[in-house]
Amino acid sequence: MTSSNVGTSKLDFPFIQSNGLSDIVEKVTEGERLTFEEGVRLMTSPDLLLLGRLADALRQRKVGEEVCFSMNININPTNACVLRCKFCAFYRPLDHPEAYTERLEDILGRIRHAHSHGVREAHIVGGLNPKIPFSYFLELIQRIKAFDPDIHVKAFTAVEIDFFARVYKISVEKVLQDLRAAGLDSLPGGGAEVFSPRVRELVCKGKISGKRWLEVIEVAHRLGISSTATMLYGHVETIEERIDHLSQLRDLQDKTGKFTCFVPLPFHPENTPLAHLGYTCGFDDLKVYAVSRLFLDNFTHLKGLWNYLDEKFAQVILHFGVDDLGGTFVEERIAHAAGAKTPQSLSRERIIEIIRKAKRLPIETDSSYKVRRRWEQTA
Amino acid sequence: MGTNGVAHVLQKAYDGKRIEQSEALSLYEANLLELGMVADHCRRRFHPEDVVTFIIDRNINYTNVCITYCKFCTFYRPPGEAEGSWFYTNDEIFQKIEELVKIGGTQVLLQGGHHPKITLEYYTTLLREIKKRFPVHLHSFSAPEIEHLSRVSHKPIRDVLIALREAGLNSVPGGGAEILVDRVKKAISPLKTTSEKWLEIHETVHSLGMRSTATMMFGTVETEEERILHFEKIRKLQDKTGGFTAFIPWSFCPGKTELEGKIEPAGGEDYLRTLAISRIYLDNISNIPTGWVTEGYKVGQVGLSFGANDFGGILMEEKVISATGTAYTMAIEQALSLIRRAGKIPAQRNTMYEILRTFV
Repeated sequence: MTSSNVGTSKLDFPFIQSNGLSDIVEKVTEGERLTFEEGVRLMTSPDLLLLGRLADALRQRKVGEEVCFSMNININPTNACVLRCKFCAFYRPLDHPEAYTERLEDILGRIRHAHSHGVREAHIVGGLNPKIPFSYFLELIQRIKAFDPDIHVKAFTAVEIDFFARVYKISVEKVLQDLRAAGLDSLPGGGAEVFSPRVRELVCKGKISGKRWLEVIEVAHRLGISSTATMLYGHVETIEERIDHLSQLRDLQDKTGKFTCFVPLPFHPENTPLAHLGYTCGFDDLKVYAVSRLFLDNFTHLKGLWNYLDEKFAQVILHFGVDDLGGTFVEERIAHAAGAKTPQSLSRERIIEIIRKAKRLPIETDSSYKVRRRWEQTA
Repeated sequence: MGTNGVAHVLQKAYDGKRIEQSEALSLYEANLLELGMVADHCRRRFHPEDVVTFIIDRNINYTNVCITYCKFCTFYRPPGEAEGSWFYTNDEIFQKIEELVKIGGTQVLLQGGHHPKITLEYYTTLLREIKKRFPVHLHSFSAPEIEHLSRVSHKPIRDVLIALREAGLNSVPGGGAEILVDRVKKAISPLKTTSEKWLEIHETVHSLGMRSTATMMFGTVETEEERILHFEKIRKLQDKTGGFTAFIPWSFCPGKTELEGKIEPAGGEDYLRTLAISRIYLDNISNIPTGWVTEGYKVGQVGLSFGANDFGGILMEEKVISATGTAYTMAIEQALSLIRRAGKIPAQRNTMYEILRTFV
């Protein structure tokens, strides 16, 4: 996508009262990289609008006024999972009566239906289910691509890729090569959670380590497969652990440059063993978006998934560094199993309206940010 | 007005100078966060400390029988329609107030439909009986109800207000203002109090030594100019009387009303922008609550950075907005947490915005 307002001119913030953050304001203005300690100071600052204004200026400098969204269908082929992540309300143990694995024909049927509504992207993420053969996943991708090669297939988190390698006893590299040969276009960034071993021990014991997540993604990137990156925040992690997470992503991005975007995911507590933690608040969410934009200086796009947020709030995040609102034709069961209070899908018209009313330019893209369609500012 | 014009207006407001209608209008083009910063600066002029207040109150919507048929309302039932209509007995009302007092609540907001058969005596008796039993502040009856009482009792507004005050009414809530421009009122609530009448009633309230609040319901059919005109009318009356304690902007929730599907709800950006402009424009009103009831917890909390200094009522009961399916409710613990996580200090206040208890 093009950038309508790329410039290196010095930024001017007339009404900022920098409240002890003037050195950081200066560095952002000069386009300098922030240190871990500066990231922590930003994330602990109560000065929400200062963070937002800086992040908004960086966003404008990097990607201009366009806001991306995509039309995608989310496929969760199985909810059976060997893990017991405490933040997850979606999974069922393998022998649970509610455990399911979808028939490929059923999935294809839903994809054909979505396709008839203009959807050209499939996100495929599921539980770690050792009963499913690798051929199921390969065939799934092959059949989607056979139906329409124009569909972007974004499938399997690093956690699933690692699981495939272990269960099918082949290397991560081979798993990725086979999936790519079947038609895989990119990897979603899920399963990153928060990299800190302390946090993982508490909330997702048994899941691959942060180090392993980064290794798998690095292999994918080296094979030319791009991915997104996520952070599931708002449970037991500290501010330092959040910044450490961002820092590790920034390091890998320096090496590979194949992260397409960063997607912060606010934790949804309902129906999970962590329900007592409650929801993230508006300040917390906006600070995470803004600091991510400021800290991840080598990421182009910052995505706020509107289906994790309410509609009014989804518009507000556009002023805090976000330039991507994610997918709109959604059949997504994971966040909604955990009580996300949003409709399952938002019409294309509605999302365009939200973006326009924020005085920005709606643009429909796929996961590689290939432009599908632009809309003029006024209808 | 170009970008320079907007910057000039922001600077003017930042410097504490009064802005005019055309200037306020230009703020709809301002950078949202810069607008927020200036509004926050204006808020500090009234509230230099980072304290955010709230009140523990109870809305008692004593009846939903109403003859005013507003298009934005899904709460009312016409007279004679037995199904789904109610009228609380005095004992039911006392019971509700007792529950409020038990949890440390201080304010009762009696507000209901315009029932064609209730008399002024019904209300004065009710208020006296409440005051005999409970040490609560009666912040009750919005302007349209007072006008309705004046009609059914064939008494002037002033006499109705005096009778209510003598019976125990302490202050008047600002409902029924919607947008104080008759073009808008005709379109959405043709039978309801005109803008002139609303202002006259509040002026009378103030002249009798009572305080009131002013509201604005935006996001129906009004233009941005008409919103600013609404601010202007409120500011002008406040210059004259000084009787408004607070200004309460909130956005229309179309769910289940006649306007559902015809009007999209205002966006989060529109809310924050309108909140900030109201803080800047209304340089003579001390308090602006944030609207989490209609805007949700997240946008509501963020409003504390856009000029709001108050979290409004931690409502125990409210049936008008909740009938649209939109209303959020909140426990005291949750309010404390949201205020604290915004970097502010929560404090319980009374209706006059005096702090009763600070939660350090």
